[in-house]
Amino acid sequence: MLSLQMQDLGASYGAKQALSGVCSPPLKGGELVAVIGPNAAGKSTLFKRMAGLLSGPGQLRLEGSRRGQQAIVYLPQDNSASPALTVYESILLACKQGSGRWQVSAEELALIDETLASLGIAELAFRQLGELSGGQRQLAAIAQTLVRKPEVLLLDEPTSALDLRRHLQVLALLRELAHQRGLLIFIAIHDLNQALRFTDQTLVLAQGRHCACGPSKTVICASMLREIYQLSARVEPCSQGSLQVIVDGMA
Amino acid sequence: MNTQTLQLPRTKPQANAGSYRALIRRRQLLLIGLGLLLLASFLLDLGSGPIRYELGEVLQALLHPDEASPQARIVMWEIRLPVALMALVVGAALSLAGAQMQTVLNNPLASPFTLGVSAAASFGAALGLAFGVQLLPQAWAVLGEYLVPLNAFVMALLCSGLIYGLSRQPGARPETLVLLGIALVFTFNALLALVQFFASEQAVAAVVFWTMGSLHKASWPKLAITSAALLLALPLFARQAWALTALRLGDDKAASFGVAVQRLRLQVLLLVSLLAAFPVAFVGTIGFVGLVGPHIARMLIGEDQRFFIPASLLCGALILSLSSVLSKLLLPGAIVPIGIVTSLIGLPFFIFLILRSGKRPC
Repeated sequence: MLSLQMQDLGASYGAKQALSGVCSPPLKGGELVAVIGPNAAGKSTLFKRMAGLLSGPGQLRLEGSRRGQQAIVYLPQDNSASPALTVYESILLACKQGSGRWQVSAEELALIDETLASLGIAELAFRQLGELSGGQRQLAAIAQTLVRKPEVLLLDEPTSALDLRRHLQVLALLRELAHQRGLLIFIAIHDLNQALRFTDQTLVLAQGRHCACGPSKTVICASMLREIYQLSARVEPCSQGSLQVIVDGMA
Repeated sequence: MNTQTLQLPRTKPQANAGSYRALIRRRQLLLIGLGLLLLASFLLDLGSGPIRYELGEVLQALLHPDEASPQARIVMWEIRLPVALMALVVGAALSLAGAQMQTVLNNPLASPFTLGVSAAASFGAALGLAFGVQLLPQAWAVLGEYLVPLNAFVMALLCSGLIYGLSRQPGARPETLVLLGIALVFTFNALLALVQFFASEQAVAAVVFWTMGSLHKASWPKLAITSAALLLALPLFARQAWALTALRLGDDKAASFGVAVQRLRLQVLLLVSLLAAFPVAFVGTIGFVGLVGPHIARMLIGEDQRFFIPASLLCGALILSLSSVLSKLLLPGAIVPIGIVTSLIGLPFFIFLILRSGKRPC
């Protein structure tokens, strides 16, 4: 079974240290992991370090994967580029990376069709990226990651431009992907109620340092909100039984 | 909330694969169409000039030179063919250079001409023409007359290095890069003027005529060298087609796809210097082809580099070939330097691009 453990991970941009001491218990395939923290906490830096785009101290122990580092697929936060490419072409592009072959196989096209259908965006296939709304762009970007057959997915705020309904739908889809395909999915997210509702584990960062990692329902608590976000807040079950964060004011 | 309502509205897999294949076929047909237009323009270029030849005469002189009149044979093979072919190769090389500069610098206004690479190459070549200065070590002296193009290459490389270095500075935006390009154009033009100031009268005349850009300096050996530079660069670009297309999604996205962004950018700028330097050194400064060619290609065919590269080549070659025809028709009895023609055509397009880039990303 797939398992990933962070051991004292760190990273720096030139001389400036941006991340240090990030640890986690072995996280298993099938889990959805929230990475939370205030702005500039180091969430994107952690993802880049995990994806091998930044070097630094510490170790990322990935076990049970046949493809090693290649199995880790990262979706950056910025999807604003608007080249003269259609959604279909942008997904094909993701599919063909690392290949010198210009030919596109029937299997590759079938994979793209299936991915577009699973995200409900088949009708956008031949729209130019520049014509899409922010939410549609994020869905296209998620499709670009899925066609690369990831085992570990690192999604940097993939729902930030989505309306509430799509936001919930995408989180539900990610949970379903994790559970059904055995993927380990990390998602940087600011909405702590959705983190409580959808994710299995939560990793907390602040000012580039590791603060906590464990089951979401344990980690997201009043003391963490006070310490990390300087908020006076409660975590209580709602009438439906699920936990929710209620903010009373600034701490 | 009900779990059912939380599911994304899964759509039926559509026949998108079929539509994609149809799109590819349309693009292939478009490339063939561009190729045919280019062939027509090439034949028109061969037939036009102080002595006008009909299509039949052109084809006879090309395909059956023994049956053509000696005059037509000589005019065609000794004078017009190297010039017409040079128009195709130089146009293709400059357009490809512009296309890849726009790709790796993520800037729709980038081209060897607008960012100063052509001006730098001009300065390097002028140093060789006016003073016999060679920028490469003495060991290269065996190359004789080709030291001038090598000078141009060294200066083009230096300019590309500067652009690369400054484009990597924090806060460097597309507009910054264009302003930097303008500064580099002015700098190298000032240096060129300095060369002219100190050069002999004869050398000044040579440098001035050459900076106007004229295909009539073409010869078979020069054509062979420019073609070799293009043929060297093409497979390297072709091999990186997917990675180059990915760059247009942004550095972070390309890096997340596994593209070694900085290495690729350096490789491309090196090849762009090669592509820009030889045309400049052999036929002088020809502006705007490197800017306009890629934009027309992009509008016609998109940015999938598998099609964008050949389309840029064909558009650049077509623009310069048509400009060559125009240069012979503008003033009866005289051939206007082609650099002047491309600038006159390209300037309105350049202004259009500037106005358009302010409204939405290209």
